[in-house]
Amino acid sequence: MNLNNSVFDAKRGHRLRTKIEGRVVYLFVGICAFITLVVTFAIIWNLVQQSIGFFTQVSIIEFFTEKRWSPILIPKSFGIAPLVAGTFLVTVISSFVAVPIGLAVAIFSAEYAPDTVRKILRPILEVLAGIPTVVYGYFALTFVTPLLKIIFPEMIIFNALSAGLVMGIMIIPFVSSLTEDALIAVPNSLRQASYALGATRFETSIKVVVPAALSGIVAAFVLGLSRAIGETMLVTIAAGATPKLTFNPIESIQTMTAYIVQLALGEAANGSIEYQSIYAVAILLFVMTFSMNTLGHWIVKRWRNVY
Amino acid sequence: MSIDFKLNQNNLSRRKFIGIIFLAFCLLGVLVAMMGLISLLIQVILQGYEWVTPNLIFNYPSRHPEQAGLWAALIGTLYMMGLTALITVPTGVGAAIYLEEYAPKNWITSFIEINTSNLAGVPSIVYGLLGLSIFVYFLKLERSILAGSLTMSLLILPVLILASREAIKAVPRAHREAAFALGGDKWQVVKMAVLPNAFPGILTGVILALSRAIGEAAPMVAITALVYITFIPVTPMDRFTVMPIQIFNWVSRPQDDFRGLAAGGIIVLLILLLSMNSVAVILRNKFQKRSEE
Repeated sequence: MNLNNSVFDAKRGHRLRTKIEGRVVYLFVGICAFITLVVTFAIIWNLVQQSIGFFTQVSIIEFFTEKRWSPILIPKSFGIAPLVAGTFLVTVISSFVAVPIGLAVAIFSAEYAPDTVRKILRPILEVLAGIPTVVYGYFALTFVTPLLKIIFPEMIIFNALSAGLVMGIMIIPFVSSLTEDALIAVPNSLRQASYALGATRFETSIKVVVPAALSGIVAAFVLGLSRAIGETMLVTIAAGATPKLTFNPIESIQTMTAYIVQLALGEAANGSIEYQSIYAVAILLFVMTFSMNTLGHWIVKRWRNVY
Repeated sequence: MSIDFKLNQNNLSRRKFIGIIFLAFCLLGVLVAMMGLISLLIQVILQGYEWVTPNLIFNYPSRHPEQAGLWAALIGTLYMMGLTALITVPTGVGAAIYLEEYAPKNWITSFIEINTSNLAGVPSIVYGLLGLSIFVYFLKLERSILAGSLTMSLLILPVLILASREAIKAVPRAHREAAFALGGDKWQVVKMAVLPNAFPGILTGVILALSRAIGEAAPMVAITALVYITFIPVTPMDRFTVMPIQIFNWVSRPQDDFRGLAAGGIIVLLILLLSMNSVAVILRNKFQKRSEE
């Protein structure tokens, strides 16, 4: 009887312990998931709160309409246009590389390549995706720029073209892997139907598979471009540090991200207008990339519901 | 009738020809991507191999390129990786477990899910500014290795959550049902049936997330503010530097010798990254075999 009781107690103790353990774990993992929300709000709060100081001294209208960005040299001027133009220029150049090549690699890999080739191609792209951005910066500055100088002798060492081209190579794996996912998700029955109607492989790929996967492909482009906008070290190293309102790709420019790094490097005094200006630039950068990412994920989600 | 047939034949060969041109275009795209990688590697190796010496690894930074080295940055990188892993792994895996196993299907959960993918796309420099305001100034951690690791943890957290969720999702339902049938409660099922099966996938995610953190320079520039570090960090409150920052510093100098030194540094960094990735692949293969038995 006594023995039975103690066994019973031990069992109950064990059960209680498991129950408590389960509760503690539930609480812990719940908090972990909650942290991601806290991080988002912290980012927004931090950017808004730090840039309020800036926008009390520089009006938002001046920020968006002024055509000169000169935060340190007097006369100071805080027009974001040159930095946005620089970012835009590099992003457009990179998309000329990344969009067609990313699409070509994805179509080849999903529609043409035999399994063995695909097994070689994937790791190569993964290595390409894993290379740190400072390395791409080094590559742009010491390899691509001298190469381009043969074509454009008057080109400056730091220029948007070289940075943009290398950035394009950098985001190829990103664009191609997302595009490939979209192509693979197209059901095989569509391909078979197309072949049955007498279409060639090319016609099947371009007229059936790509349109069926179009929203996923568009999402891949949007997400890839958003990544190009937020890319920092490559443009800091290779594109220059002269904010200029130009669309000439062989000139030295400055992107929004490169400006933030330039000021962060100089240990700008906490509280000065230069220091606050990096948050004003960052909030615009955040809004641009965040809305593009939201758009991209929204497109992906809609497309998933089709099949 | 015969004319019609001939026309069709011509048309078909034209269509096939277009297809071949298209395939050639695709192959060209693949070739360009590969050439990009190959020329990058060749450039780095040609410029840098002479500079990979014991000096490069064991010396502190110096004004003289032949004496300059990565030691402080190398130790700083490893130290920061260790701290970052300690902070991110439990948090990231925990969040993934919650989202996959516990979370009720409601708008809060789907908001957290969308938010996680969005966070993964926030530019890294923005995380740097967040770390600068919160950890460096607000929590008064100064420009310490702890502040750097916390910032890096926030940066790779969404990446790790996404990878761990994929790994947990891949565990077959039957495993969970079997464990429930034996009388396990939620946590016991997760602990004994789900996590052991998802382990290789989670491990791969951890290594890939950490190798992303090793290469990130932008947020660390905001935290450390490029300084000359000629000591090894000992306590988590010491100032530090990391390899990509040291490389960035060398690349930014106009002298050719420092460019060469940067290439040498890049070789060391790429070897470190490559060996981490191969460890991930080997571990994944090893565990996969075992779980199939």
